[in-house]
Amino acid sequence: MSKRNASESTLAHDTWAVEARGLVKQFGDNRAVDGVDLTVRAGTIYGVLGPNGAGKTTTIRMLATLLRPDAGWARIFGYDVVKEPQIVRQLIGVTGQYASVDESLSATENLIIFSRLLGLGRAEAKRKAAELLEEFGLTEAAKRPLKNFSGGMRRRLDLAASLIAQPPLIFLDEPTTGLDPRTRAQMWDTIRRLVKTGSTVLLTTQYLDEADQLADRIAVIDRGRVVAEGTVDELKLSVGTSSLQLRVQSPTDMDRARQMVDQVLGVKSVVSPEAGKITASMANADQVTDLLIRLREARIHLAEMSVQKPSLDEVFLTITVHGVKERESAAVEDEHELEVTRV
Amino acid sequence: MSNVSITPEIRRSLKNHTSLSQSVRNSFTMAYRGLLKIRRTPEQLFDVTFQPIIFTLMFTYIFGGAVSGNVYNYLPIIIPGNLVQTVITTSIVTGVQLREDMDKGVFDRFKSLPIARIAPLAGALLADTVRYTIATVLTFAMGYIMGYRPNGGFGHVVLAGILVIVCSWAVSWIFAFFGVIARTASSVQGISMLILFPLTFLSNAYVPVDTMPKWLQWFVHANPISHLVSAVRDMVNTSAFGGSDLVISLVGAAIIVALFAPLTVRAYMRRT
Ligand SMILES: Nc1ncnc2c1ncn2[C@@H]1O[C@H](COP(=O)(O)OP(=O)(O)OP(=O)(O)O)[C@@H](O)[C@H]1O
Ligand SMILES: [Mg+2]
Repeated sequence: MSKRNASESTLAHDTWAVEARGLVKQFGDNRAVDGVDLTVRAGTIYGVLGPNGAGKTTTIRMLATLLRPDAGWARIFGYDVVKEPQIVRQLIGVTGQYASVDESLSATENLIIFSRLLGLGRAEAKRKAAELLEEFGLTEAAKRPLKNFSGGMRRRLDLAASLIAQPPLIFLDEPTTGLDPRTRAQMWDTIRRLVKTGSTVLLTTQYLDEADQLADRIAVIDRGRVVAEGTVDELKLSVGTSSLQLRVQSPTDMDRARQMVDQVLGVKSVVSPEAGKITASMANADQVTDLLIRLREARIHLAEMSVQKPSLDEVFLTITVHGVKERESAAVEDEHELEVTRV
Repeated sequence: MSNVSITPEIRRSLKNHTSLSQSVRNSFTMAYRGLLKIRRTPEQLFDVTFQPIIFTLMFTYIFGGAVSGNVYNYLPIIIPGNLVQTVITTSIVTGVQLREDMDKGVFDRFKSLPIARIAPLAGALLADTVRYTIATVLTFAMGYIMGYRPNGGFGHVVLAGILVIVCSWAVSWIFAFFGVIARTASSVQGISMLILFPLTFLSNAYVPVDTMPKWLQWFVHANPISHLVSAVRDMVNTSAFGGSDLVISLVGAAIIVALFAPLTVRAYMRRT
């Protein structure tokens, strides 16, 4: 049993649930994954974020031993996914993007078969299946064929099946795509509870609020590359500061109001005349008090005021929109990438 | 999540190979899955139910008079021949269904589980012996209804049935291989039919070989299907057991499995 060389990492082997360096997967002349590095600390939730076709699923499939990387390496708790796949499989649970359960069987039958495959005895498998169905609120539907399951039920069964062996690392590929808001919130709860019990979760998502809500760290993937990595706050910070938005009651006050904003906040504001809205970046929240007092003194009445924190959406768009431009001028790429990854 | 707890990586005993006993256990679990699927969708047994009935009736009445003078005398020739043809043809379905099954998401889960790589394939093939058994029983039953009384007695009929099922199981590895490497289920069907059709008909299954041209006789004698048919005829009609035909059939089956099982598993593992 060859444990990996400890000197390669500064931390003990079981601190990293996932370590991947330079992962590459090529389909024909399409480089679906183009040198992805990932490091996931055990006991955390790690979000992999990216637009359609970014290479999220392909990356997960390589980490889960379902696909062989063309280059690079990956280790799960220190075990190499290519050299020791059977060990890695004993440490992971995988819930794929598309339901990985047997459509023609019932929920109970599915769980019993997976339990038996994982080495549980007949009675033990039955008990485990009942237990998980109960846990995921599927007991009533247990005997029905999956054909009549809703998307949410299928997802939950899928996750339940991944938990039979109580794996320390769980891959969830878009766990809430296609779920209604309530079911999504339930899924989030489940994922949080999983991590509380000591598991590590690596999930992919296209929903920024999901990553925002769940993930301790995030990697943004675009066209097979990690274009940004860090905590949610770090990523938001990399895009910019919060912005102040003001709408004045009378359009005739617009110009005066704008002058004041520029003066007090010391920045150049932007005006959108149709909406009658002034937007200015707000580096120091304290200055807003001054601004409001000045506006009151000048008898300029506000219709609306709001502070816009940079959302992960902006991070996402900033980084991946750049990706689109990149296609035209590849030269800028490295420069910008550095800027974002050094958060 | 009260009772869902995680066993930490450090407390697990991990090994990177699967033992033989685990492979067997996993394969039987996968076979159990196959049986559950058959129970859930009994319509997939349509072919093994109707093909034996219709083919036995059809061929007996078409060829009976021409080959043996009358239908009754033809039965000892046609029943074993038709049995082999029908059951072996049934094994094509194994490959087709495997292809369809492998395209489903559940195979991703099988691949991500720490189970023997051969289990999903071996299990599917094992479960399909149920199909062969149905076809075998129905063919003999049709023969019995039409007046066939094999001289070898019930025991030899059972043995012959088992021989055909074992050989069909072996042959199904060939189609499983096509199933794994092919892109679509219909192409598996196409290729398999193309191979099996000449093999089953260019044999001694339906007509005496000496009525054929010389060059064809050479092929028919070399054809393993002919040997299997002869072995079955010997067993059920004359209680002969252990002739060269039986040996050739069993050795042939063993060679097919030894060749195609590893090939199929390797292709299955590469196709990820
Ligand atoms: N088996 C395959 N054969 C050929 N190309 C593939 C294969 N799997 C994925 N691709 C291609 O690789 C690229 C990345 O796909 P991938 O499924 O990893 O993206 P994704 O980030 O998961 O996207 P989505 O959000 O739509 O699920 C895509 O361009 C896709 O067309
Ligand atoms: Mg995907």
